[in-house]
Amino acid sequence: MTTVPVTSTPGIGARLAGLARSRETGIFLALALVIVATTLKNPDFLFSADGWRNLLLNPSIVAVVAIGQAVVIISRNVDLSVGSIVGLTAYLVGSLFLAFPQIPVPLVFVIGVVFGGLLGAVNGALVAFGRVPAMVITLGTLYAFRGINVWWTGSKRINASDMPDGFLDLGTQQFLTIPVLTILAVVILVVVAWYMANTRGGREFYAIGSDPDAAELYGLAKTRRVLMAFVASGAASGLAGVLYTARYGTVNSQVGDGFELQAIGAAVIGGVAIVGGSGTVLGAVFGAYLLLTINSALPVLGIPDFWQRAVVGVLILGAIVLDRVLAQRQSRRLHEERSAA
Amino acid sequence: MDANGAVPVLELKGVSKSFGAVVALRNADLTLHAGSIHAVVGENGAGKSTLVKIMAGLYQRDTGTFEMDGKPVHFRTTAEAKAAGIAVIYQEPTLFPDLSVTENVFMGRQPVGRFGRIDKGLMRTEVAGLMDRLGVRIDPDRPADGLSIADQQIIEIAKAISLDARVLIMDEPTAALSGVEVERLFAVARSLRDEGRALMFISHRFDEVFALCDTVTVMRDGAYISTAAIADTSVPEIVRLMVGRDVNELFPKIEAEIGRPLLEVSGLSMPGVFREISFSVRSGEIVALAGLVGAGRSEVARAVFGVDPYEQGSVVLDGTPLPPHNPAAAMKAGLALVPEDRRKQGLVIDASVATNITDAIRPTLTRFGLITARAENVEAQVWARKLEVKTASLDAVAGTLSGGNQQKVVLAKWLAANPRVLIIDEPTRGIDVGTKSEVHRMMSELAGMGLAILMISSELPEVLGMADRVLVMHEGRITADLPRSEATPETVMFAATHTSEEVA
Amino acid sequence: MTTLTSGSPDTERSYAEYGRPAWRRILFSREMAIIALLVVVVIAASLRVPKFATPVTLGYLLFDITPLLFIALAMAPVMITGDIDLSVGSMVGLTSVVVGLCSASALPIPVAIVLALVVGAIGGAANGLLVTRVGLPALAVTIGTLALYRGIAVGLLGTTAVTQFDKWWTTLVKARIGSTGIPVVVILFVVLLAAFVLMLHFTPFGRGIFAIGLSKDAASFSGVHVNRTRLVLFILSGLMSALAGIYYALYYNSARGDNATGLELQVIAAVVLGGVSVWGGRGALHGVVAGVLLIGVLSKALQLVNVTSDVVSIITGALLVLSVIAGSVVSWAQSRRVRPAAAPAKTS
Repeated sequence: MTTVPVTSTPGIGARLAGLARSRETGIFLALALVIVATTLKNPDFLFSADGWRNLLLNPSIVAVVAIGQAVVIISRNVDLSVGSIVGLTAYLVGSLFLAFPQIPVPLVFVIGVVFGGLLGAVNGALVAFGRVPAMVITLGTLYAFRGINVWWTGSKRINASDMPDGFLDLGTQQFLTIPVLTILAVVILVVVAWYMANTRGGREFYAIGSDPDAAELYGLAKTRRVLMAFVASGAASGLAGVLYTARYGTVNSQVGDGFELQAIGAAVIGGVAIVGGSGTVLGAVFGAYLLLTINSALPVLGIPDFWQRAVVGVLILGAIVLDRVLAQRQSRRLHEERSAA
Repeated sequence: MDANGAVPVLELKGVSKSFGAVVALRNADLTLHAGSIHAVVGENGAGKSTLVKIMAGLYQRDTGTFEMDGKPVHFRTTAEAKAAGIAVIYQEPTLFPDLSVTENVFMGRQPVGRFGRIDKGLMRTEVAGLMDRLGVRIDPDRPADGLSIADQQIIEIAKAISLDARVLIMDEPTAALSGVEVERLFAVARSLRDEGRALMFISHRFDEVFALCDTVTVMRDGAYISTAAIADTSVPEIVRLMVGRDVNELFPKIEAEIGRPLLEVSGLSMPGVFREISFSVRSGEIVALAGLVGAGRSEVARAVFGVDPYEQGSVVLDGTPLPPHNPAAAMKAGLALVPEDRRKQGLVIDASVATNITDAIRPTLTRFGLITARAENVEAQVWARKLEVKTASLDAVAGTLSGGNQQKVVLAKWLAANPRVLIIDEPTRGIDVGTKSEVHRMMSELAGMGLAILMISSELPEVLGMADRVLVMHEGRITADLPRSEATPETVMFAATHTSEEVA
Repeated sequence: MTTLTSGSPDTERSYAEYGRPAWRRILFSREMAIIALLVVVVIAASLRVPKFATPVTLGYLLFDITPLLFIALAMAPVMITGDIDLSVGSMVGLTSVVVGLCSASALPIPVAIVLALVVGAIGGAANGLLVTRVGLPALAVTIGTLALYRGIAVGLLGTTAVTQFDKWWTTLVKARIGSTGIPVVVILFVVLLAAFVLMLHFTPFGRGIFAIGLSKDAASFSGVHVNRTRLVLFILSGLMSALAGIYYALYYNSARGDNATGLELQVIAAVVLGGVSVWGGRGALHGVVAGVLLIGVLSKALQLVNVTSDVVSIITGALLVLSVIAGSVVSWAQSRRVRPAAAPAKTS
């Protein structure tokens, strides 16, 4: 039996200590370190108007995708089709503006999110009801959705000039120096993070990821939750597609290419275990920021852009090795506590 | 105690359930009263597990009535059964390792406030209270990962109490518990009974049934046989009802000629697991390795065979030293290990019977390094026949066989390898009485053929009945080496619960 | 019960070797379904697509899918053990860069080939060690090495590409057998295929691979060297990727850091199409080869009728999804069928 005495709820001290040791804090510190190091080399990185804006703005698109991906991974699945959903939605948005120049911007946002959610529902239905591995299904939809995107786009390309100014402004507008799109991403993060930590539904994702068989035995609505996770991931990717179009204006058939690996990498770095059951969306967002900030920091630091991918790889490997070492240490500690009793 | 005339909490009558053409349950009756601990016994295939799953809402019955408090019920989901107050504690607790104890207890029914926000403080306080009440010291905030099976079961019970379960079903709960933990479980069960709940206790261990329960129901072949008050019946009577015939020789021990030592273990040590393990097993001998669960016996067996590493000491098989952590080398030298967990370690549960039987001897079936399915089937045919494995075909998936037949497949696999030393871990766990005696007879025969057998067992009758010598382990060390004449329940239990200094 | 000491076993009982007759076992398998589909598509293409069934076209088809074929041979055993290797595409890129750099430094091609194979083996070993020694999940590790190896590849060459290679070698790689149109490299492939088939389906080592995929624990309790096997398979995967990388450089006359981007997904799609289960424990190489050929034939045939690659993507994706769903439906239907022994498999 364990010997830890059952006392009252843990005090503030213990809670702060836990916070300090958490993965999310670690990532945040790493991010801060990167920014500090790069700014020392070139103060414009952080302190120029553009620099500050881009630091906050550019990673926000992948961060939104990573939020959805984190929910999927936590429930012990994976969504490889997010990049294709981003691209397809981006093109949809562009086409909407081309066809209906007067369309209200909020409506476009809604359509984008719903469209992404529907695509996600396709994934979710196949995985939840078909009982087939998510990796394979989303690999298939990665191809299918991208194919539809390319076919639809043809050789055309939508340019910034085709978009209404109001929409594009949104892409770079700032509110109290913080980009509007980043604020949007933060709002989504807060909502989803709160849901995952504080509601029955949110905790069920963790349960399903921790032990799917136990979840079924408990009578948890596993099918419904898995479906929800993929709809959420699709919706997040759809939103990211809208954000992308707002930010960059130019949309071709390759938008979103590679986002899936970035999102998964961000989640893994941020502490979301690839086997599910643990990690937070906050960590995933921090992971996304770390990943993309390093991308933009490398050229400033004098490291050729080409090595950037290698750095990402090292980060991911380092993150999972670290996770493993920590998990083993904790497991050993828990076992020792037990046998000491 | 029977509440005469009171409406039973739960009553099943004439319940049947079939899966396709296979009849799992026919005409089952069960009546559970409040304030009673009701044992249900029966061989494998008797239908106990199916009955439990129907009560839990996992399966739906085909025919018969199911009433709670005199009113008919029909559960379509486990959630409905839970809502009605039925809680099941399975043999292997299913907790979520990444989540805290508190979350595990409340998963799916966390107390919520506004906006669906979970009230974490309330949850935690209640779980802390439950832990106090159950007399255990488990931190509600710790992750469920790494808890002992006994602790996990306590958490399952906490869940049941928190659900205010009126019916608590325990399916083989003591299989993996040590003596102390069993006592703790029984104390909890009695206090729950005294609160007026109805408990159902499924077990193969008659001594526990007679110690804890007040009523016993016997099932056989999917049907209800009889119910009696514990005070009015006896073990032989129950066994007779379970098997349908008198089982006289439960432990057919044949005298065998004892030869030279075939397995010599010296000074084996693995820090934190076991220390200074030294023993030998001679040809023709059956040596039992007894002790409480958690004493380290299976760990020693795995280290000797090579699945786990060890840091000090040596293992010598008939003069050949075995390299540590190398099962293939051990197998080649003539060592075999029938492991504790049949489904996960002994068999590749999703592979065919033929594949499983030939798993240990493939290198010998090759020609020019190549092997064919034909060669495997020929060999599998021989051994399946020798052990009378009941299966429709050799390519049937091992997971579809009954527990007893699965054990036969595992034994076939190892006997096919023609071992000189056989280590067998819990040879008859979870198999029916009929097959049990077959296994015991087989072990005696093998000893008679000159094999050295090391038998790990937690069932004292089996240990005392089969062994020529009894080694006892306690917390990683060997505390006694008793010849058959000196091995009694008292001496064995004493050595199992005290350190070597105390035993000496 | 028959005693073990009796000379001949009880002659009354004789077990059927198989639950179903041979024709059912062979015809109703996943692999046969894919092969049948392949045959149908080939026939349809030969009839409906002009110039499809010509040696020239078939030759180009085979040239195009050669890298896929090589890598799929090694990917299948890796996935059968329950692991996965997402870094293969990046390894192709990296090794083609190695070949390019060697060639640009005027090293003879044989040296370049050996060097590339060594790099492939090392990369595979790195994957394998992280998975077996450190105990990390293969999916996460190979996502990391996918980025790492690609990064190194791009980092080494930058945006440049090496396009000059020894004529003798490039001609060899592009050569065909007489007038059949079949590339010479197919001979190499067939030899490797035979070796892999023997290893996977006819040796104890191969049986061990399936056992690991079904139950790592039970496999190690039966004497299978689980971690050693997994490591070997990752190294093989690296080697085959290196082979594909060498081919890439020599055939396309172009060693670039971004060669074969996305190839890993194509390989996995082909392997899964061919009947290998992502969860491990089942699969067969004839199905895998059929899977690769199917994707190749479809792409080529559609290309010839001017269907663009995006539609091919859609079809590949849909095919992949359908094949997995079909498999799932079939096993669901099978589990409803009566099973010979006890239906509820657990004890009591």
